[in-house]
Amino acid sequence: MAVDNELKIELGKQGVFVTTIEELYNWGRRSSVWPMQFGLACCAIEMIATTMARYDLARFGAEVFRPSPRQADLMIISGTVTKKMAPQVVRLYNQMAEPRYVIAMGACAISGGPFKQGYNVLKGIDRYIPVDVHIPGCPPRPEALMQAFMTLQKKIDEQSLTGADRPRHLDAEAQGEFPVPEPGEHDLEPASNPGVWPAPVVIR
Amino acid sequence: MVSNPYFSLAILFVAALGFGLAPLGLAWLWAWIYSPSKPNAVKNSIYECGLESKGDAWVQFRSAYYLYAIIFLIFDVEAVFLLPFAVAFTGLGMAACVSMLVFVLMLVEGLAWAWVKGILTWA
Repeated sequence: MAVDNELKIELGKQGVFVTTIEELYNWGRRSSVWPMQFGLACCAIEMIATTMARYDLARFGAEVFRPSPRQADLMIISGTVTKKMAPQVVRLYNQMAEPRYVIAMGACAISGGPFKQGYNVLKGIDRYIPVDVHIPGCPPRPEALMQAFMTLQKKIDEQSLTGADRPRHLDAEAQGEFPVPEPGEHDLEPASNPGVWPAPVVIR
Repeated sequence: MVSNPYFSLAILFVAALGFGLAPLGLAWLWAWIYSPSKPNAVKNSIYECGLESKGDAWVQFRSAYYLYAIIFLIFDVEAVFLLPFAVAFTGLGMAACVSMLVFVLMLVEGLAWAWVKGILTWA
């Protein structure tokens, strides 16, 4: 950074404002993260409550829930992902334009939650798509969703435009397509995306 | 040309056009410089709530449905014209009444035609 933070504050007091392209870019991105209008289970009710007047997600620039993945930036996985629904979720994520973010909301989206033992429940959406923020809870309160949202905003703010750790959408080499699982005989095939979620090795 | 009274309007028009197009151009330029586009088959496929689309959106409907359109028209037009007719009925002259009856008769003819053709029977 060309100007250090203290000098910037000092200059700001004198009425001189300096910034960088990176800051402007991240400010723009984090201030208008539009979620996709998409609810899976009971967590969706809390997600809806978050957008309403009492909790008012609009304060963070995220009130516009888009009914199409083409216009959405954020996918809130709000609820249990069944194995029947998982291919649709992954396909929708693929259809979103970059940059795209994912919040896994609630115990089910993280790990299958109370339904983990169920034959038809996916044990965490992070097996197929990269999740930016996980929020535990069953369901998480709207405040928790806002906390996740602010965490995501902080994460966006800290991203650099260049360098090895630049976000995926700025990296021409980075993977753009996430394979959509197909229903197989006993499980979804593939059971996970190794590029996103390395399957734990069971040592007996 | 400058003396033309509409010259200022032309300048305003160009300014308005620039006002609209400049942000679009800047956004396009920004995306072109910074965002590598990564299209793929899944991303470019038709959005159908996450499901794979089947078939073609350009489906054709059977032309036999024109009969339903005609019957709908008979009752629809009749209702639209009968209501003001009924409201103004007491104040109408003989000529207006007869012309209205002729109009209704024409629509009834259409209904009778449909009836004879056997469309009203639910198959």
